[in-house]
Amino acid sequence: MSQPDTNPKSSAALVQSRRNALRSYLSAYGFMAPAGVLVIIFFLIPVAIVLYLSVTNLASSNFTSDLAKMEFIGLKNYRTLFNDQFARKIFFNTIFYVLVTLSIFNVGLALIVSLLTTHIDRGAGFVFRALWILPRITSPVVYILIWKRMSAEAPFGILNQINEALGQPTFNYLSTNPWVFVVVVNGFIGVSFGMIIFTSAIESIPKDLLNASLVDGSSRMQRIRYVILPLIRWPLLFVVTYQTLSLLTSFVEIQLLTDGGPGLYRTEVWSLTAYHRALSNYFGNAQWGYGSAFAVLLVMIGVVLAVIYMRVFRFDELIAEPRVEAL
Amino acid sequence: MEIRIDNLTKKFGDVVGVEDLTLHIDDGEFVAFLGPSGCGKTTTLLTLAGIYKPTEGLIRFGDRVVNTVQPKDRNIGMVFQSYALYPHMTIFQNIAYPLKLKKTPKKAQNEQVRQVANVMGIGELLDRRPGQLSGGQQQRVALGRALVKEPDVLLFDEPLSNLDARLRLTMRGEIKHLQKNLGITSIYVTHDQVEAMTMADRIAVMNLGQLQAFDAPDELYDRPKTLFVAGFVGNPPMNFIDVDVSQSNGQCVAAADSIQLPVGKERGEPPAGYAGTVVMGIRPEDITIADDGNVNGEIFLVEPLGREDLIDVRVGPHSFILLADTDKQHRAGERVALKFDMTQAQFFDPQTERSLLWN
Ligand SMILES: Nc1ncnc2c1ncn2[C@@H]1O[C@H](COP(=O)(O)OP(=O)(O)OP(=O)(O)O)[C@@H](O)[C@H]1O
Ligand SMILES: [Mg+2]
Repeated sequence: MSQPDTNPKSSAALVQSRRNALRSYLSAYGFMAPAGVLVIIFFLIPVAIVLYLSVTNLASSNFTSDLAKMEFIGLKNYRTLFNDQFARKIFFNTIFYVLVTLSIFNVGLALIVSLLTTHIDRGAGFVFRALWILPRITSPVVYILIWKRMSAEAPFGILNQINEALGQPTFNYLSTNPWVFVVVVNGFIGVSFGMIIFTSAIESIPKDLLNASLVDGSSRMQRIRYVILPLIRWPLLFVVTYQTLSLLTSFVEIQLLTDGGPGLYRTEVWSLTAYHRALSNYFGNAQWGYGSAFAVLLVMIGVVLAVIYMRVFRFDELIAEPRVEAL
Repeated sequence: MEIRIDNLTKKFGDVVGVEDLTLHIDDGEFVAFLGPSGCGKTTTLLTLAGIYKPTEGLIRFGDRVVNTVQPKDRNIGMVFQSYALYPHMTIFQNIAYPLKLKKTPKKAQNEQVRQVANVMGIGELLDRRPGQLSGGQQQRVALGRALVKEPDVLLFDEPLSNLDARLRLTMRGEIKHLQKNLGITSIYVTHDQVEAMTMADRIAVMNLGQLQAFDAPDELYDRPKTLFVAGFVGNPPMNFIDVDVSQSNGQCVAAADSIQLPVGKERGEPPAGYAGTVVMGIRPEDITIADDGNVNGEIFLVEPLGREDLIDVRVGPHSFILLADTDKQHRAGERVALKFDMTQAQFFDPQTERSLLWN
């Protein structure tokens, strides 16, 4: 079919079209440049600085205006960290906090809420979902104040007032059951993210497919198990991964609610430790270098987890094989 | 399985899906639902399948009222226009899905799936996923999935409309053949009237949520009971013209402007008895270009269809579509005489749009 000789497209035209392609490449990079610059200035450079700080002994106790005096101490911060008896406790605290909050709330409850609200009347479903978004759009300080009011000791706390009215004993909840409150408080915020993603994924499944399953003989529960869940696997993977990472790094609510207490590190998590060590040390000594070591480890844990997730969820299977005709 | 639908109405809020539909379908019958887009065919089908609950009316499978029966307890097989194959399952798993839900033992599942797949000619594709199949192959898988559970009722929702014309022709034959062999009561939704005419034992013509007619194909074609049916069934469609029919000396004549058409007593008397103008319908094949024709007109347009030419002839303000041999080589602008076979003419009441001949 192709006859280059009679082809009206001359070599000049070819050069022209290449030039156009190049130009469109350049303009694409041009459009990405502002975002790229922001990422470099506000993410990559700070990461590099933190990495560097983590191998120095920089702290407010030895801080002088002459930064050149800052001492390079190699992996000493990391060695200290691994021998720190509290670091161990905080590590397991973090795992507990992330696993429990993630599975019960950020994924579990999010999935249940989105399945329920997509199986009832559309308007009602929308209202229920809107209610679940409230904790996220409330300012953390206000939100935590609400919880502190609820859990406060008698005679102030709402829960304890209910206890009193029912003739039950009262509790100082935040010191007897701090974990319950840390998990629930964060979990209520965490539900909305997964809920929004799952709901839109469920609603984008073609109606015919859902009807076909019922006609084929499934109950509604079987349809969820065999059709809906497999079809929202990718959003599920995304929410699990993304929420693990954001739970790992979130600490504002814990800081406001218990500040890692009561007692020694009862509800302290890794990211809160990085903050405490580097920026808000109780003894007045901000250990910038040591705190950075905590931060660096957190980033590494996050990256490793993300990679493991992608393996476990078998990413490659989500991509269809090329189409081959039989006939 | 005999299906009896009585006074079925389905509304979505204020929107009427189907209204007051009454239809009795015999055991083993192949019924086509024919009608323009949005007339309520899919709604009726999904109500039969149990996806929608009827707003009013009764649906009976045999003697059992199934209004509130869950879809899974109706033993229905359905083929969707979009095929609705589960993209995350292999072809084998797709076909086996209804069996798995019935808790059929693995070994029997395997046998039945392979048997159905071989009948459908997709035995080699069982390990693939739906995304890797052509439209025609997906169509066969969908049909296989509907058949594998040996349903009492088969529902088809425009199953062939996404296929090319050639494939549609073969699939048409295969579905019809299969249905007759298995003797499964089937309802086939389509807006392609050729499909309906060739496949169905009886056709239910629907419009605007209402049943217009329910009859055998040739009945619908030869004795349409409403104006809508007359115009909808047949391709190219029937010609319509407003005429006054008068009777004198036992001779009936249909007249419109300069056109005078003598009609036999049998067809002419009912419209002659009607006070006022009636609508006359005549099919393209009942009008011929002939030298001894008594209506003179001018050819406005010639559309070659291959086997024959479709010709638009203008007679005064009226336009008639007819078919003519290609070797006659008619040209636009040519003056011709038309001959009407008035033994085939239809007459309708313009108010009620019902036939004056058949009721
Ligand atoms: N789930 C629904 N909610 C609201 N209205 C609906 C719904 N399903 C159908 N309708 C309305 O009911 C009427 C009949 O729709 P239906 O899908 O049965 O038409 P159809 O005959 O199958 O048309 P087509 O040939 O285009 O498939 C239409 O007016 C449609 O808008
Ligand atoms: Mg439809």
